[in-house]
Amino acid sequence: MKEETVIKVENLTKQFGDFTAVNAISFEVKKGEIFGFLGANGAGKTTAMKMLIGISNPTSGEAEVASFNVYKNPNSIKKNIGYMSQKFALYDDLTVKENITFFGGIYGLTRKQINEKRQLLVEELGLQEIVNNLVSSLPLGWKQKIAFSVALLHNPKIVFLDEPTGGVDPITRRQFWEMIYKTANQGTTIFVTTHYMDEAEYCDRVSIMVNGKIEALDTPKNLKEKYKAKSMNDVFLKLARG
Amino acid sequence: MNTILYIIQKEFRQIFRNKGMLPIIFVLPIVQLVILSNAATFEVKNIKFSYIDTDNSSFSRELISKFDASTYFNVLAKYPSNKIANSAMLKGDVDVILEIPSNFERNLLKDKKTDVGVTINAIDGAAAGVTNVYINQILQSFNKNAQSNLIQPSNTSIKYQNITSIPSFWFNKTLNYKTFMVPGILVLLVTMITLFLSGMNIVREKEIGTLEQINVTPIKKHELIIGKLFPFWLLGLVLLSVGLLIAKLLFNVPIVGSLLLMYLYTSIYILVILGIGLFISNFTDTQQQAMFISWFFMVIFILMSGLFTPIESMPNWAQLITELNPIKYFVEVMRMVMLKGAGFNEILPQLTKTLIYAIAMNGLAVLSYKKTT
Repeated sequence: MKEETVIKVENLTKQFGDFTAVNAISFEVKKGEIFGFLGANGAGKTTAMKMLIGISNPTSGEAEVASFNVYKNPNSIKKNIGYMSQKFALYDDLTVKENITFFGGIYGLTRKQINEKRQLLVEELGLQEIVNNLVSSLPLGWKQKIAFSVALLHNPKIVFLDEPTGGVDPITRRQFWEMIYKTANQGTTIFVTTHYMDEAEYCDRVSIMVNGKIEALDTPKNLKEKYKAKSMNDVFLKLARG
Repeated sequence: MNTILYIIQKEFRQIFRNKGMLPIIFVLPIVQLVILSNAATFEVKNIKFSYIDTDNSSFSRELISKFDASTYFNVLAKYPSNKIANSAMLKGDVDVILEIPSNFERNLLKDKKTDVGVTINAIDGAAAGVTNVYINQILQSFNKNAQSNLIQPSNTSIKYQNITSIPSFWFNKTLNYKTFMVPGILVLLVTMITLFLSGMNIVREKEIGTLEQINVTPIKKHELIIGKLFPFWLLGLVLLSVGLLIAKLLFNVPIVGSLLLMYLYTSIYILVILGIGLFISNFTDTQQQAMFISWFFMVIFILMSGLFTPIESMPNWAQLITELNPIKYFVEVMRMVMLKGAGFNEILPQLTKTLIYAIAMNGLAVLSYKKTT
């Protein structure tokens, strides 16, 4: 299998005044990989992710996403990535169908493509009953699953998920991760931040950020061996506490 | 291009889905138009009139009867002394005290000249000015009668040359205040609704977090801005149409000029307001902030628009500021076109200024909109 690099980061730094939120981080992510991006609150995960998805300009360092430079071609990056954050998923005052139409439309899908995608989605997720319901009337778990599917509408090379399962029950989380696996198997790279350490175990590789720096980066198995820990939870606690 | 259509479709869906918003957009302005147009009048009526008659002559009684006959004055009381009259003024019971001195009739007959004292409550300066004019008119007409009465018996050969002005009021023959106010109030409504809605709209998406999601998509700045503002541009024009219909049907305001010209001007004008709204929303993080800043500008725009006070009587520095007031141009154009039937050439100065304003404001708004931080 040819190992294609889809995210390449070198010494990426972001400063807000005197405060260095992200301090010269470097890493690479391969195609089809599920890359876990871990760290305590305020460690700099979200800031780093915002630079990669092109809504925040780095102070210094280099980054290439989907083989486009974050400084030169942020718009080309945006065409090739999907993004889903915990804070916002979908428009609450639109129906599921209308959300699909809107996001498909602004990513440049034709009406025909949108209709096909929607039908596929409705069948896969079993949305027949709720496709014409307002998103605000749906439970959080449903919203997150649909938001994830919407982020995939335009077949992006990489999907960025910012704490996608925050506040969701364990069953839905399990279903959500099944969707993530399926997507990764089809060759889409998954870049995911999470606070759930059991989810970290599901990732191919995990990085742990502490105070703006990446302190550890390896497979969950190797990390556990290296830090002589039983679970990722213990690894995280050892690192984050310092 | 297609992207813009998808954004417009989404915006319209959200506007029409919001059950609380529709009445605000359409019903409230109509209510305001009907109420304000009837209430906002500069006419001074039912002036509370009182007098002190120390002469008690047939002349003084005749003078009072003249005030009594006027529809503008309500003769309420006769006070025996200055002191009592003044305390009534202090309490707000009366607006005007006319003091007829003793020997009023005698002086008039003997010296052909006399004085009366007039005290006017000037808490509302504008109303006091109007009241003063009314009183003078009545005194003058009394004067004329008195003089001709006096003169007739003694010498019939003397003719008094009186110059009387016969005013003819152009463009608003009956001096109907509604004709004057309705176009202006309509302007305010169109402005307020479009400013607040557009200002609020993008900030709202900032608050919910959807704007971040939009910024992650390959949408271009101009696509987003056109897509977001177009629905409100259209709403503004619909509002204008509803307002014009009410002006015509309910208030019978003449629409002398070309409707097409009015729509042409308004369609450019709304762009200015939308640009201002967007500009405000770029620099605010919450709807509350956006609302306060919009109001700040709105109040200045309204009070300095020439709608309630003539711009010509403002100090020079204030007149300079009004050059930047879009409402001023809109009020001028609406009155010129609706009441005077002004054509394209007459409103060309306002049209040009508004167009430049629109380009500048929207340019600033697009430049200050940041997809990345």
